[in-house]
Formats: sequence, C-alpha cells, structure tokens
Amino acid sequence: MTKILVDGVEVDVPGEFTLLQACEQAGVEIPRFCYHERLSIAGNCRMCLVEVKGGPPKPQASCAMSVKDLRPGPNGAPPEVLTKSPMVKKAREGVMEFLLINHPLDCPICDQGGECDLQDQALVFGVDSSRYRENKRAVEDKYIGVLVKTEMNRCIHCTRCVRFTAEVAGTGDMGAIGRGEDMEITTYLESAMSSELQGNVADLCPVGALLPKPQSFRGRPWEYQKTETIDVMDALGAAIRVDSRGREVMRILPRINDLVNEEWISDKTRQIVDGLKTQRLDRPYIRENGRLRPASWQEALAAVAAKTKATPASRIGALVGDLAAIEETFALRLLAEQLGTPNLDCRQDGAKLGPKFGRASYLFNATIAGIEQAGAALIIGANPRKESPVLNARIRKRWLRGDFKISLVGERADLTYGYDYLGAGPDSLLQFLRSAKPVEKLLVIIGQGALAREDGEAALTLAAQSAQNLGGLSDGWNGFSVLHTAAARVGALDLGFTPGAGGLDAGAMAKAGALDLIFNLGADELAIEPGAFVAYIGTHGDRGAHRADVILPGAAYTEKSGLYVNTEGRVQRAFRVVFPPGEAREDWAVLRALSGALGNPLPFDSLAALRRRLVEAHPHFAQVDEIAPGEAAQIIALASHPAVAMKDPFAPAIENFYFTNPIARASAVMAECSALAQGRLAQAAE
Amino acid sequence: MSVRRLAEEQTESFEFTPENKAWLDEQIAKYPDGRQASMVVPALWQAQKQHDNWLSQAAIENVAQALGMAKIRVLEIATFYSMFNLAPVGKYFIQLCGTTPCLLAGSDEIIDVLQRRVGPQRRVTDDGLFSWLEVECLGACCNAPMVQINDDYYEDLTAENFEKLLDNLAAGRPVKTGSQIGRVSSEPVGKLTSLTSFYGDGAK
Repeated sequence: MTKILVDGVEVDVPGEFTLLQACEQAGVEIPRFCYHERLSIAGNCRMCLVEVKGGPPKPQASCAMSVKDLRPGPNGAPPEVLTKSPMVKKAREGVMEFLLINHPLDCPICDQGGECDLQDQALVFGVDSSRYRENKRAVEDKYIGVLVKTEMNRCIHCTRCVRFTAEVAGTGDMGAIGRGEDMEITTYLESAMSSELQGNVADLCPVGALLPKPQSFRGRPWEYQKTETIDVMDALGAAIRVDSRGREVMRILPRINDLVNEEWISDKTRQIVDGLKTQRLDRPYIRENGRLRPASWQEALAAVAAKTKATPASRIGALVGDLAAIEETFALRLLAEQLGTPNLDCRQDGAKLGPKFGRASYLFNATIAGIEQAGAALIIGANPRKESPVLNARIRKRWLRGDFKISLVGERADLTYGYDYLGAGPDSLLQFLRSAKPVEKLLVIIGQGALAREDGEAALTLAAQSAQNLGGLSDGWNGFSVLHTAAARVGALDLGFTPGAGGLDAGAMAKAGALDLIFNLGADELAIEPGAFVAYIGTHGDRGAHRADVILPGAAYTEKSGLYVNTEGRVQRAFRVVFPPGEAREDWAVLRALSGALGNPLPFDSLAALRRRLVEAHPHFAQVDEIAPGEAAQIIALASHPAVAMKDPFAPAIENFYFTNPIARASAVMAECSALAQGRLAQAAE
Repeated sequence: MSVRRLAEEQTESFEFTPENKAWLDEQIAKYPDGRQASMVVPALWQAQKQHDNWLSQAAIENVAQALGMAKIRVLEIATFYSMFNLAPVGKYFIQLCGTTPCLLAGSDEIIDVLQRRVGPQRRVTDDGLFSWLEVECLGACCNAPMVQINDDYYEDLTAENFEKLLDNLAAGRPVKTGSQIGRVSSEPVGKLTSLTSFYGDGAK
C-alpha cells in the first residue's frame, strides 16, 4: 500500500492503482471519456488530466499513470495529486474545447441528450463559448449492424467500442481506420458486427455516436420510469433496468452486478423490447370446432374446470416453460397436488437433471464470478457463446489472463477463445477422463446439449467423474457446473417440479394419447401431439397457444413480480414494470382463479401470501441475491454411478440464439439479427 | 493527408508468390506464439511490393489470414501508414515533398512539371508509367527540392533536370539517384561556407 495525497486528503492505496482510482478512493471525481474500468487503458481522451507533485511537471493523464510512478518528496512526504488547481482547471477547459471543436451542436436532436457524458462534462468542466470559427469535420455514418446506429460526426475517438469488441466480446469487429483528423471508427468495410454482445457498445459510447438503432428517436431518458429487475432470456439472470413510459416498455439496459453480468447484457436481453408488444395474448380464448374464439374469463375458466372435473387425476399433466417465475410454478405445483396428479415436468427439452441427485447436481456450482478463479476448464456439450453470451465473456476474461487451458467436447464452434477440441461425443470425454492429468481448480461446464438426450444421465455422471478425478473438487472449490438455458429451470427443479412416483416426464406427456388434460404454463418449446385438452397459460401467440384448447393470457416477465433462480442457484427478484396488456393477468392470479373455478381455492389471495407459503416450504427462496451452495458430496455420490453413454455426438442445445423463447420469436429486431446471423441479409450500407 | 479508403476497383484475389510465402513463413516463425500480429507491417510491405506497389482488399485479407488477425486490425494499419498505397500507382510512383524547405527551394516548379506531364495527383498515366502524390517532409531538406520515386530519392531538382529525369525513366534509360547536380550527399553547393579552416590555423 502506498500513501498519496489527493487534494490534501491522504489515502492509502495499492501502488498499482492508477491516479484516477486513487482519486476515486479519496472521493474526488475525475472526468473521463476513454477510461472504463472493465476495458484496457487507452489514455487518448485527455479529459482526466491532473497536476502531480512527485512526477513530471505537466498535466498528467490520471488514468494512465499509476500511484507507484510518483516519487515521494525529499523528506519522504507522500506524492501529491491536485485535481482542483488552476492548472487542472485550465487543462480540462482546453481538452474540452478541443473535443468540442469537431463535435456537432446537435444535442436537441441527439438521442444521447440527457444521458451524454460529453454534455454533462462540458457543462461542468468546459467554458461557455467556443473560439473556433472554422468548418467542423464531417464524417460519413457507418453501417455496423442492425442494433447500433451510428452518427459519426459526434464521435470523439475514445475507442471504448473498439476495445470492447476486441477484449470483452472477442470478435474484434470494430476498429479505427485512418489517422489524425481523418481517423474514423468503423467495422471492417462496414460489415455488421458479429458479437452477441454488440449492443453494449452503445452503452459504452460516452457521446451520441453509437446509439441503439431500434430505439431511435423514441423518447428522452428523463421521460422514462426506471425499474430495476432481472432478465430471463437465458439462465444467467442478468441484472437489468427496464425503462418504461406509460404502459410501454421502451428499452432495457444493464445494471452493474459484478457477481453475475458485470455490466454487460446480451443483445437478446436488450432488444427483445418489441417482442413484448407483438403477438400478445390479451384475452382468453376457447377452441370451438377447431378454431380459437375470444371468450370471457368466466367462460374460459369454466371450460377448463369442466374438463378437469371430468378427467381422472392420472390422466392430467402439468408443464412449466422456460420463463415462468417461481411463484407461479409453485402455485401450479400446489394445484397439481390438489388434483393428485404425479405428471409434472419443467424440462421441456428432456434434460436429464433432477432433484434426485441433490441440488449440487444441477447448479453452476463454480459460480459465475468463480470462473475467474478456475485453473482450467472442460466444456461438455455446451456452446456458452450462444447459451449465455455474458457468461462466455467471463470465460474469455479468464482465458485472456493466460494460463487457462480449455478443453471442449461437443459442437466445434467459435467461442471467442482458443480451446483443445477433444471430440464430438461422450467417447471423447471418456478418453479424456482416462488420460488427462488432474489440474488445480478445474471448471467442468456441462451444457444442455449433453443432458437433453437419452443418455443425459450418463453424461452428467461422466462430468461428475471428471470433476472428481481431474481436480474439479477441492477445499473451497466445486467446479462441477451445469449451464442452463432456461431462466425458470433451476427454480422449478428446486421446487421439485419433476414427475412424481409413476409420473410421466415432459416428453411422455406430449405423446398422443398419454394424457387427457395438460396444464401448460408457457411451455412453447415442446410440441404436444394431438389428443389431450391443453389449457395454456402464456403470453404470446406461439407454439403453445396454437396447440391450446383454452388460452388463459398471462404476464410476461416485465409485467409481473417474481423470483427467479439463475444457473448458479442465485435467487433473484424481478419486479413488475408495466401491467399485462388487455385482460391478461399475472400467472399466479390465473392459477388462483382457476383453482377457485374448480371449487377448491389455493390457500393464498395475494402474491405476498403466496410468497409466505413458498418460503415456508422452501426457506432458501427467502435469501434473495444469495446462493444456497450445493454440496460437493452430492457430486461425489453422482460420480459413483455407472455411466453408459452412447457414441452420438452432442448436439447444440440452441439452434438459433435469437429465437429461444416466445418473446424473442415475436420480436422483429431479433428476426433481423437472426437473418443477419444466418447470412441471409445482404450487408447493405445504410 | 486525407481520408484513406480502399480503391473502388479491386483485384479478384491475392496470393503470395511461393518465394514470398516462404519468406513470410520464415519471418513469422521468429515471433513468439500469439505475437504474430507484430509482423503486420513487414507482411503488408511485402504484399505491396509483390502487387505492383499497392494493397488490394484481397491482399489485406490474405495478410490477416496469415497472421491470425481480425481483418479490421490489418485495415487499421494499412490506412494509418501513408507508405501503403490503397489504389493502383504508376510503375514509377513519385512522392513529391511539398513541405516548407522544399517549397522555399522551388517545389512549385516541380509540381507544375508533374501537373503538365503526369496529370492530377493519384492518377496513373495511360501508359501506366507514372503517378504522383504530394507528401509531407521526407527528410532530405538540405537537398531540396526533392522527390522520391519508388525506393529512391532524387534531389536538387529543377524543372529542367526533373523533366530530363522523367524522360529517362520513361525511356527506360539508366538514371542517377540522389543529387541531380552532382554534389555528394548533402555537402554545400559551391564552396565551403563554414569550417573553412582547421582548428588553430586561424590563431597563427
């Protein structure tokens, strides 16, 4: 630790801290454009100039000079940083004047207005007028993809976007061509960016040069109501802020949560906004003579109740989809218990995961932040880049630090980092298991591609054996990590929403003639064969609604408060942003009403009462933002099972990153992204 | 300087010749694993030499491929350095220095000659022999005005000797590089004006 004086206040900071960080530690804010905590240091905007004593006698870029670069005074006095001296004030004014020379005065028509770093800092650190009388520089706007709009006159060349795509996203999409005044930020010959994290460059841009394209000219930041909630597009549970105006969700932005998503979110998380408004089920429907007709809630509930009463319990089933919150899953479970059916399942994809091996057998035990502590990684049947792009960025972050060997079994894909390809199927894994040497802190990531198949349990066992034998389990380290793709999955497994004794699983329930009545809580990824009467509670006119006999309109994740458990087992709370459209209601209330129509109301009348019930039955759901860790002993027990795996290669769990759930499939922006990703859309300059 | 973009008309493809490929592989092997990107300037230079002194899109992509770099990284380098030509140039590519010392010593006359004989900047003559570009200081101010033609400097130019030089180049006759008025390197023109006596001589 090194002592340093910041504006006369002594702080004790590590020597490798930059002056900027030391100043922040002392509570002094330094203006900056190019510096970003999670990116490498560029030092090119010069906004963070400070005066130092104990270093060169000129303004110093505080982001690029570390505390240990400064010498102590002759009598051992600590080096000093001045941030409020006349020299600093003048330097900041000068830098700001230079930055504004070529910056257009279009704040009134710029979408960044109101949340623009340049605007704010010009107000605080700039001077009131310009001495520049010449023509401003003009730069052509660039096409860089469907999610980010460019307005390159406004660019101040901070290169945050370049560093982000090169370092975090790992695709190296953006760059700065030319030099000096002619420097221009662009992608290679204006091709579309290829990263699943590209939307973040618009957040990083301190000015209005890169803006989210789908939100162009829609509103001003101060008009929005901001609600902090949790994302459900993948099993990561990224922290998001949803901005709404009136009854409309306007945009989704990341929130900082170092334990989960740092400050990035995937494009799907960010831009499914339009999917929340299209294809919505806003009133109940009943199928008559093969066609769905609008109905009232009474009619719809009565139809389901009549069918339920006429069906024996063993012929009733209940399915939970990928986006359901814990509350409604719990309510559906209570309803199923009331009816006495053992046919429950939350695993539409048929993943061979369940509570029977213990909670540790289906959690990402290493935790997302724990990826950075790992010593090596073995990825089995997963494509983290598609299944959770932000988690993939975390793996890449660890890989960039070096000394991190990654081995992969499964689909050979571009994951943005290098890996040893072992093979496509379980046989390669078995061979690796026999031949590899143990390493310290092995991270074993097993994906749904390896689990959602007949021999999924064997793959799970092999993964547990790899963890046990190759260094995945040690004191304070549990590297056995299941990467889920569905936000609802871990919570539903915690609730034990799996077939009871003699019950059918999702695949068997969907078979023709297996059941007479299925309660479908948003399970849209599964094709239910003709035969059974399907009561569908969901949000979008997707596969589930097309198959339904009665549609009970529910609430999307932005329209209900609820708990979600992410892939590492972290319980997180999502909050309602807007109300469900039309006559749609929150799913738990729909289930409560349905139980009332059946003449046997569920024992709660409010979400709070439901939560109380839930926490009584499952105390760990009360620990919001915490993880109830899985036990390593369960992994060892799992590893002791015999494993007979087939030879077939592991298939990817996600065919199309942009179409994994009904909301995404309803989104035109996602469709455009998908088309681009498929290479169908010609790269047309704007 | 101005905004540098790739040429509108591109060649179909680019492959290093076997000799250049061998040279490239040999050079790449000198770099530690994962640091091959440091090779990008020599690789582009070799590609440019092979490809009639200019870099096509295909050449840039070929280099990116060979060094395992993102294409944009190579494009950044190619557009940054003015030594890389992004459009076709003449067989004799004339870079004329128009910076202050050359300007004072009469580079305007040389420009007039070029305008008349070759045409506007960046345009290749119909016979493919010449194209020219005004560049910043090339560091031969003592012998101003000067031009660089391909790899060589031609100094102490006047309108007359420069025209003669161009004639000789066009006709394929041998030309003299360096000073065109016969002085050796940058020694004074005419007689010495300083250091005219040895130390101590004046004291006698």
